[in-house]
Amino acid sequence: MTTHAPLAIEATALEKSFGDTHAVAGVDLAVPEGAIYGVLGPNGAGKTTVIRMLATLIPPDAGTARVLGRDIRTEGDAVRGLVSLTGQLASVDEELTGRENLILLGRLLGLSRAASRTRADELLEAFGIAEAAARLVKHYSGGMRRRLDIAASIVVTPRLMFLDEPTTGLDPRSRNQVWEIARALQAGGTTILLCTQYLEEADQLADGIAVIDRGRVIAEGTPGQLKASVGTGGLHVRLLESERRPEVAGILERAVGTVVLAADPAALSVSCADPALAAEGVSAVARAGIGIAEFALAQPSLDEVFLALTGHLAEERDPTLEEQAS
Amino acid sequence: MSVVTSTTAGADTAAVRQAIATTARPPRPGRLATALTFGWRGMLKVKHVPEQLLDVTVTPVMFLLLFTYLFGGAIAGSTSAYLDYTLPGLLVMSVLFTTVYSGVALNTDLTKGVVDRFRSLPIWRPAPLLGSLLGDSVRYVIAGTVIIVVGVALGYRPDAGPAGAVAALGLVVVFSFGLSWVFCVLGLLLRSPNAVMNAGFMGIFPLTFLSNVFVDPATLPGPLEAFVRVNPVSILATASRSLMDGEPDVPAILISLAVAAALAAVFLPITTRLYRSR
Repeated sequence: MTTHAPLAIEATALEKSFGDTHAVAGVDLAVPEGAIYGVLGPNGAGKTTVIRMLATLIPPDAGTARVLGRDIRTEGDAVRGLVSLTGQLASVDEELTGRENLILLGRLLGLSRAASRTRADELLEAFGIAEAAARLVKHYSGGMRRRLDIAASIVVTPRLMFLDEPTTGLDPRSRNQVWEIARALQAGGTTILLCTQYLEEADQLADGIAVIDRGRVIAEGTPGQLKASVGTGGLHVRLLESERRPEVAGILERAVGTVVLAADPAALSVSCADPALAAEGVSAVARAGIGIAEFALAQPSLDEVFLALTGHLAEERDPTLEEQAS
Repeated sequence: MSVVTSTTAGADTAAVRQAIATTARPPRPGRLATALTFGWRGMLKVKHVPEQLLDVTVTPVMFLLLFTYLFGGAIAGSTSAYLDYTLPGLLVMSVLFTTVYSGVALNTDLTKGVVDRFRSLPIWRPAPLLGSLLGDSVRYVIAGTVIIVVGVALGYRPDAGPAGAVAALGLVVVFSFGLSWVFCVLGLLLRSPNAVMNAGFMGIFPLTFLSNVFVDPATLPGPLEAFVRVNPVSILATASRSLMDGEPDVPAILISLAVAAALAAVFLPITTRLYRSR
């Protein structure tokens, strides 16, 4: 990431405690304008609290932050005029219809009665919820509800959007749609702070990632940099016949480097960062007449990154440390 | 080989891009316009769930029928004489019961996360609270009107005519506007809408019954009579009765308005502070 781009978010040493719990214990963030920036961490890591402070919903105990150049402590109203929130951070009204929700927000943001209706219909159409426009939101499906959430956040296009756990609990098709919408927003010039506990989601969307654990940023960088910091990645090969694995291990050891035998009796990996060298290894196996079911040159997954950084998996977390956001 | 782009039903990416590109930020709406928009939101809820009006009007109507026909003769000599005495008080009771629901609605918004959406908007900060109470005032008018209409159907005739009834209803609604801030504070402090409802009625129920709504305080034992006479609900019921009768009890009216103003002066700032910091 270049440091020359103007920053959409610039946070220094943010802190917030709830009783004895240090939910956020000194967080620094630098998010360039126009980026999708992932804040990654397990439940209870402090992600939501950081976003609630940046969106001026709660004041920080210590530290400073500027959002699009405005101070969150002293220029809260100006900040609110530039950002919008989604998901668990700021819900829509379940007891109104989808269309009424969008009209309500349009009116509150200053659109005329006619303009807010036109805008609502345009968004309902674009987000594929036009047929449910007159239905109460509490009867919406999860995917429709999530799309309405996002539509509600762009009634007036924000310059910065806090996208909170946008795909939690969604089926893969709805998830892909939400990702598409996020990319479209970015293409339109909106900076997105994506809060997620899914490593794949950050990997798919984010230009930069901050990994948060126990109220601190424990790593920062592009997805590629984070993966590289853990290891070089490797060539993963799966054979048609598991009994030939020792033979293949010998071939790859000579052609590429140190071989690691996987738990799967037909699979093995060899640590390798160079695609040409990896291709050489695969060809050597093929020339020996050994059938390969599949092979891949892969970077370490963000799951591995998380494990390496924190010593525990993203999903393994003491449930008593649940986030106390309210 | 050809390249196939996968398409999915649902959001239309091109249309989403178009929708994102088409908005310029409009000028901010005024404070009053913002509050009125929240009032409109309250009205929409009544439109979608009209039963919620039933909840708050059925109980007073039930009391009206029960007290008039069961105890009316025993208390006042005849059911029509009792109806004459008790109807202005029942008007007070039915509207005061409705105020509890302002706190319940606020708590529901909090538990559903809608409040955070409003708090994240660049709007005048007290607008959501003020607007929903404006909307609630319409509910108060409906609850009061139901009681008056049922009373008239049973034979009640205010001496001051429709004008007296409207004046009494107006006073009760203004009082309720002040009182509802108390329930807003409960709504912000308690954990669930149910807890707000229980706590609210635990307060409003005894206050309403230990008043002159149903019986003349002169018939009560000494200490109870003393309490009933200073109970603001009694004073409001007296004021409402005097307006209906066409002989306005000015001190009672002024005390009622002063109590409403005092409640708002104390509980409105607490409400806005709690709302901001939650």
